[in-house]
Amino acid sequence: MSMCKQMVSLADLPLGQKGIVCELKARNQVQRRLLDLGLITDTVVEALCQSPAGDPTAYQIRGAVIALRREEASNILVQLAESPYSKSWRAVNGRN
Amino acid sequence: MEETRRPRSLGALADTKKEADDVVVALAGNPNTGKSTVFNQLTGLRQHTGNWPGKTVASARGRYVHRGQEFTVIDLPGTYSLLANSVEEEIARDFICSGSPQTTVVVTDATCLERNLNLALQIMEITTQVVVCVNLLDEAKRKQISVDLAKLAELLGVPVVGTNARDGKGLTELKDTIYQVARGQINPRPYPLTYDEPLEAALAQLLPLLQPKIADGNRARWLALRLLEQGAVGDYGESNPELEQKLQEVISYLQAQQIDREQLRDRMVSCLVRQAEKIAKQVVSFGKADYNSLDRNIDKIVTSRLFGIPIMLTLLGLAFWITIVGANYPSQLIFNFFFAIEGRLTRLFMHYGWPDFLHGLLVLGVYRTLAWVISVMLPPMAIFFPLFTLLEDLGYLPRIAFNLDHYFKKACAHGKQALTMCMGFGCNAAGVSACRIIDSPRERIIAIVTNNFVPCNGRFPLLIALSSIFFVTGTSLGSSFARALLILSLIVSSVLITFVVSRLLSQTVLKGLPTSFALELPPYRKPQLGRILLRSLLDRTIFVLARAVVVAAPAGALVWLMANLSVGSGTLLAHTANWLHPFAQLIGLDGYILLAFILGLPANEIVIPIVLMSYAQTGTLIDFSNLAELRTILIQNGWTWLTALCTMLFSLNHWPCGTTLLTIRNETQSNKWTILSLLVPTVTGFVLCFLVAQGVRLLGLV
Repeated sequence: MSMCKQMVSLADLPLGQKGIVCELKARNQVQRRLLDLGLITDTVVEALCQSPAGDPTAYQIRGAVIALRREEASNILVQLAESPYSKSWRAVNGRN
Repeated sequence: MEETRRPRSLGALADTKKEADDVVVALAGNPNTGKSTVFNQLTGLRQHTGNWPGKTVASARGRYVHRGQEFTVIDLPGTYSLLANSVEEEIARDFICSGSPQTTVVVTDATCLERNLNLALQIMEITTQVVVCVNLLDEAKRKQISVDLAKLAELLGVPVVGTNARDGKGLTELKDTIYQVARGQINPRPYPLTYDEPLEAALAQLLPLLQPKIADGNRARWLALRLLEQGAVGDYGESNPELEQKLQEVISYLQAQQIDREQLRDRMVSCLVRQAEKIAKQVVSFGKADYNSLDRNIDKIVTSRLFGIPIMLTLLGLAFWITIVGANYPSQLIFNFFFAIEGRLTRLFMHYGWPDFLHGLLVLGVYRTLAWVISVMLPPMAIFFPLFTLLEDLGYLPRIAFNLDHYFKKACAHGKQALTMCMGFGCNAAGVSACRIIDSPRERIIAIVTNNFVPCNGRFPLLIALSSIFFVTGTSLGSSFARALLILSLIVSSVLITFVVSRLLSQTVLKGLPTSFALELPPYRKPQLGRILLRSLLDRTIFVLARAVVVAAPAGALVWLMANLSVGSGTLLAHTANWLHPFAQLIGLDGYILLAFILGLPANEIVIPIVLMSYAQTGTLIDFSNLAELRTILIQNGWTWLTALCTMLFSLNHWPCGTTLLTIRNETQSNKWTILSLLVPTVTGFVLCFLVAQGVRLLGLV
């Protein structure tokens, strides 16, 4: 959806950052599982921590902590919600 | 028109024949909300509880009496939703739809209410007879989360009861409310969920055709939604051309607005989630924003790149070490006790002049085997099992699955297989049942077939006993650490074997790619120490031991008979063992050990006792006055460290026990997978022991 600014896939959301779900690209069963987790548009998701091998990643979703593999998370597009660490993001946001 | 589909795949639920006037109560809820604890508190039953999602794999049922009324409670599998079509969800949905439960209690987690309301709203669409139970209030209080129960009841239109099931708080009120709803003293009026515009327009078209047949307005709405979802009247009722035509009209109308079936489902779920969010916003207030910060910080450490795996291994090793150190002394005590009694029994037999045959069969056969089983097996079980339950109760197990998922993915298997393996540590049959938490059939079969590579509580003491006899002797602190390390490395090797075999299976008979994966990491919970001790001792240890005893008694008698029935030049036992011997030697064992493994099919616990029995019966009868003499007996019978190593390896890798095989047959409904589950570990064991035995001999190490 074009109205989302600075979209990344959930799999690329840096740890400690929050994103707002813009779009789900999965199909069928996978899509339903993701929806059941409460991952509908406008949901705030935070990337919490990664497993020792770097995948899967645990996300805070509507009060629960859910681990998703990269394959699943890359189906979800999020807009960066707040970025306390990155100045460049603010700059980008400011231009928009 | 039939109102709903007949329940499918209900299994045990299908024959929920209630006792005469019982009120049937269904317990539904998300996984990990303390549903099983509520069930136990209501019924006084002791269903095993644990802090990981999907623990209730089979539906339990129990009964209780309240105010003179009898209730049958059905504990449905924990689900997040009723819409995604997994087996568990179908079981839960069909049971609620079937109309059997007069009341459905939705157990929710006060610390995560929003997510839980999603399911509650779905259930309230199906039935009005709903009680919402907001559980885990103490935990919520500790996290400074408060839930306005009265407001929640008002917004939902159904009674809401707050509980803290762990200590029984609120249970009487819950029972009262269930009673009142079942008796019609309270009539819940759930507010129907409003969907978005095109959907509501579609519903408005369908409802007039359904409503004359279905009095309950909410139920008619629910049925209309399912018809839209399904795209045809199909098996929702007998043919109804008028309804079918209308349905197709409505579907075209929706399609004209770019809403296909897939979209339709997405919209339904989105509406549910938004409604849950809206309600939660009004009833839940947070005292502090970072209420989960402790959990998050713990997670950052136990799943970190640097410490994640080492912490996991340390915890497991520590559990082994405590077991080894702790089991030694009680083993000796129990041993002394039993053999003192054996002396008395023998004197009793002599005193009354009972026949030698009877003394041999009962005392030297049955009694002595039982004594071995209990003194060698009980202490390690009684220590390891509670320790393991402690980790389970804390909520650590899902973190193990999280840490290991990457490797399971590489093996084309499911990360939740780690959870089923953890269950296998307790009992492989339980581990196999737990495989139901894996949605994908392919990955579930992989988990079932490979579960036996994890040593269960019944095989574990064999590892402890042999490691302390042959590898690290001595009683110093250092030697007990070394023993724990040895066992840890055996376990790590069996986990590696699991990865390799899983990968081989997914490249051959179970071809396929890994499917979707979502694993909940539940909040850490303060374990209930007293309960853990009691439960794991009473429920598991005694249960497993009782099973071993039941099997050991006839096996002891059989071995004694075989040792005392002569055929030709030798005893039956010697003949059988000699016949097995050449083959057994190839894999580093001897005929008696292999025979013990075969006789141990019903229960692995009896393998070492049977080996000892056989030796005692064949050689001169050694008077075991000390457990440490075990070493002498084994060495006198030709054991070397290689024999011990191969016995340990074979114990880790051989056919599953009888109970596990039956469970596999039940779970897979397939002879093919049952046979594969028998062959895979057996062949692995033969190959592994052969390579080790021949390798060591070739190198001249023994």
